Amino acid sequence: MKIGLPLAATLAITTGFCTTSASAQGVVNVYCSVQVEWCTLAANEFQKATGIKVSMTQKGSGETIAQLKAEAQNPKGDVWFGGTGDPHLQAAEDGLTEPYKSPHLAELHRWAVKQNSDSGGRTVGIYAGALGFGYNTELLAKKGTKPPACWADLLKPEFKGEVQVANPNSSGTAYVEIATLVQLWGEDKAFDYLKKLHANINAYTRSGTAPIKAVARGETGVSISFIHDGVTEALVGFPVKVTTPCEGTGYEIGSMSIVKGARHMADAKKFYDWALTPEAQKLGAQAKQFQVPSNKATPVPPEAPKFADIKLIDYDQAKYGKSAERKRLIARWDSEIGNLPKP
Amino acid sequence: MNVRAPLVWSAAGLLAAALLPWYALEDGLASGDWLSGLWSSKDYASGVAQAIEHGRWWLAPALLVLVACLVVSFAPLAQRRRGALLVATSCIGLVLFGAQAFAIGLRGWSAGWLVSLFGEMDGQQIGIGAGGALVLVTFLALLSIGLALRGAFGGDTFVAGAVTTVAASILLFTAWPILHILVQAFQNADGAFRPQLMIERLAEAKIWSLRCLIGRGGCGVAWNTLFLALCCGAGSTALGLAFALVATRTAFRFKRTLRVLTVLPIITPPFVIGLALILVFGRSGLVNHFLEWTLAIPPTRWIYGFPGVLLAQLFAFTPVAFLVLIGVVEGVSPTFEEASQTLRADRWATFTTVSLPLMLPGLANAFLVGFIESIADFGNPIVLGGDFGVLSTEIYFAVVGAQLDYGRAAALALLLLALALGAFWLQRRLVGRRSYATISGKGDSGLPTPLPDAARRAAQWIALPWAAFTLLLYAFTFAGGLVKVWGRDYTPTLAHYVKAFSIERSAEGLIWSGAAWNSFWTTVKLAAIAAPLTAALGLVTAWLVVRQRFVGRATLEFATMLSFAVPGTVIGVAYVFAFNVPPFEITGTALIIVLCFVFRNMPVGVRAGMAAMSQIDGSLDEASATLRAGAPQTLFYVVMPLLRPAVVGALVYGFVRAVTTVSAVVFLVTAEYDLATTYIILRVINGDYGLAIAYSCALIALMLAAILLIQFLVGDRRLGRRSMLQQRGRT
Repeated sequence: MKIGLPLAATLAITTGFCTTSASAQGVVNVYCSVQVEWCTLAANEFQKATGIKVSMTQKGSGETIAQLKAEAQNPKGDVWFGGTGDPHLQAAEDGLTEPYKSPHLAELHRWAVKQNSDSGGRTVGIYAGALGFGYNTELLAKKGTKPPACWADLLKPEFKGEVQVANPNSSGTAYVEIATLVQLWGEDKAFDYLKKLHANINAYTRSGTAPIKAVARGETGVSISFIHDGVTEALVGFPVKVTTPCEGTGYEIGSMSIVKGARHMADAKKFYDWALTPEAQKLGAQAKQFQVPSNKATPVPPEAPKFADIKLIDYDQAKYGKSAERKRLIARWDSEIGNLPKP
Repeated sequence: MNVRAPLVWSAAGLLAAALLPWYALEDGLASGDWLSGLWSSKDYASGVAQAIEHGRWWLAPALLVLVACLVVSFAPLAQRRRGALLVATSCIGLVLFGAQAFAIGLRGWSAGWLVSLFGEMDGQQIGIGAGGALVLVTFLALLSIGLALRGAFGGDTFVAGAVTTVAASILLFTAWPILHILVQAFQNADGAFRPQLMIERLAEAKIWSLRCLIGRGGCGVAWNTLFLALCCGAGSTALGLAFALVATRTAFRFKRTLRVLTVLPIITPPFVIGLALILVFGRSGLVNHFLEWTLAIPPTRWIYGFPGVLLAQLFAFTPVAFLVLIGVVEGVSPTFEEASQTLRADRWATFTTVSLPLMLPGLANAFLVGFIESIADFGNPIVLGGDFGVLSTEIYFAVVGAQLDYGRAAALALLLLALALGAFWLQRRLVGRRSYATISGKGDSGLPTPLPDAARRAAQWIALPWAAFTLLLYAFTFAGGLVKVWGRDYTPTLAHYVKAFSIERSAEGLIWSGAAWNSFWTTVKLAAIAAPLTAALGLVTAWLVVRQRFVGRATLEFATMLSFAVPGTVIGVAYVFAFNVPPFEITGTALIIVLCFVFRNMPVGVRAGMAAMSQIDGSLDEASATLRAGAPQTLFYVVMPLLRPAVVGALVYGFVRAVTTVSAVVFLVTAEYDLATTYIILRVINGDYGLAIAYSCALIALMLAAILLIQFLVGDRRLGRRSMLQQRGRT
């Protein structure tokens, strides 16, 4: 049959139309934006505790919010677990997530609860990680340079061409850095500092975790990164150490949200509640992730950077998480620093 | 034929409408649960039942048209008249089908203006399933039969069907999703139409600045991209040509090894080359250590930025150029070269005035592929770019970065598309409409002329060091999977392989306990499904574009390039936008991943097929037609055997790209269908390079095996030419 041939392929494809994603009972679809070990561990433990199957897809927080936006008309995910707070706040602002008050809210640290109230109940903090410096001990020792201890140290001439930081156009980490400096010193002074710092920067990388990886592999001396990412590299065996600046520093709030219009709303809420308990939150450390858990009762492992030892600023997540403010600050960075010629 | 084909199709369509569930089923067709609910269940009902019993009246018009088609097929009519009527009815059917499918969605009317026009409606529908899809296919089939009956496409149903299939599938799976997202370049964040926004988005200094020329800061991403792509296109074409010449026209002894070696980079998951380059050339890499140790040259960071990205891209895309070129170089008929020499041209003159010009379509295609691969490349710029931004990374971060600006991403994607189309247009101007046919039906065509010494030496001097360099890089990478921490702790270990691929024996048989098995088998399965589809669709399209004359041929050729020129991230998001809602709701399935593979990788099959086909003399087709072979016979028994290198190339490429692609599928994978590359990327993000490299090495081995299998199954093309060896034996 002549006519059959060319359409055979199409036919083959059409038969595929008859299956769409399974949504049997007792399943919750989780978009997970923390490290993959943590994701798997959380999925398994939740399943053990409740019998509800977790279908876990691991994606970066930027990719997840892009996916939520694309799927907004017909959501496929139920819970978005982890990832830095700004995209969660953005999702809340765009109405992509569902307000929910968990009964566990009272057990959480103040910053985690504030994240919830700032977002109209649409997201909650599950961990926090402070911004700081990562440095390659071998490289600095070879050059005979003292590790940086303060923001001001980074301006020293011996760090010329040794500092790496991400580009705020693409990286949430870099944006937290700018917002921190602005809250620390006021906007004009912060941008003055960034201009001076520019002389010591060797690259504004596109990805937020690229600088700490460059530090680990000896490609740059110092990076501005979240310190728990540095701890992860050090545990693998790289000569990395982390410090936090003496003037004070900002932090991210790793968050969790329920997707608006989730197909398994009841199970999604069960997962949400469970993820705020100490039993669930200690899994991060088990997976070698050392952020500070948001439930006060969660045991903190000795390797984890102690928030008590860090001079934290009162980071205004609500103000600096708004997309208008972010756009404005990034535009200013673009015109004043991004445009500067390479030193 | 006159009556039977349309009759069979209309009957099949009606059967599908009556006996198959119209909408997609949650648990699939295989379970068989739907059989009992075909009339009564709201979810399982067939199209007819939905229209009559379940209040989905909007399905009725399209189904009635199907009945009309059956009547037209029956009625005693002249051929042309039947054809015209079939075209008319099937077009009406398609319009009615499309109108209801797109107008009524999950929550009644799918657009605001429909609500304001007709008021709220309480009906709703989900994505189409087997029944709906088959009815759609029926309309398309009837349309192509009708066109053929009317005398279009030389009255050949096969050609008509092929054109309709290719056009419809490209429209649905390439043009529609891409337009879906590109439209956002003209919209503000709320979706309102604001054309001036597009101009604002594209007029930014960040895109067009030329400050790097006067030594003040970096240039705009558009210039970066263009310059990089030009260098990459030219470089990969030159390298590919050198390899192709060495492999086919010299007495070089290790040709097979060389061929495997040139293919290595293409079967390497994208970031691996970048990482290997860092470990060799990076600030703490081998080369810098060595230079510092011997000559006390302080380590530099030159690899980050333009040079590094270009180097990595040359590594990655030379094999593609090689695959495009090898068929072409092989195909240049010795007859012409012998004729040239008979006319007293020396070997150099023959090479430059006969052989090279005959390879022009291949060279132009190789350049085009290198150029477009470069502008769409994401993996290398992200690993090695440092400060150096290109459009693809800029687009990626506009989508997933701190900006989350689909409008900007779409505007930049448009720019990228414009660059690709510019190259495409230039290539067509360059190659023009001249004839390059050198494979004709005439018997023995002589021996390929050996290369002139200068050309041979140049080819070898370019190809062999590059090959050695590739070997070094791979040896280094391979070792990375066998040491504790790559770049740090070089204690040998097998732990990474054990973690990924361990198999345990137990009472119930083997347990595949390794962490990688799940994604590994999914990848193998989906890639094996996608590869033949990719090759078939690509080559048939090439055949249509080169050999058939019909209206809209150039548009079709252009449309195939669309998905290739758009970066993977944009395709991925576009697929989610287009296929997450009815009527084609296929996100979360394996199908969408396969479709993404097929339509993303098909263009290379098209390019390779076109280049190879333009070398085959049309008189062969004519001879076949004179012997009363129809178009399909000619295609399968005359053209295809001569296209074996292109078939191999397209199959290999289809498979390999399906296994190695990352950015396009990031948004499409689910917990159920996880792929090897997304798994590896997560390991890399985690800093777990050992496991990532071990897995990559396993993938490389898998792909090598697949390539050998494909080569074995398809076989070589026999061109009726004596080989060098026979010649040597005789003298």
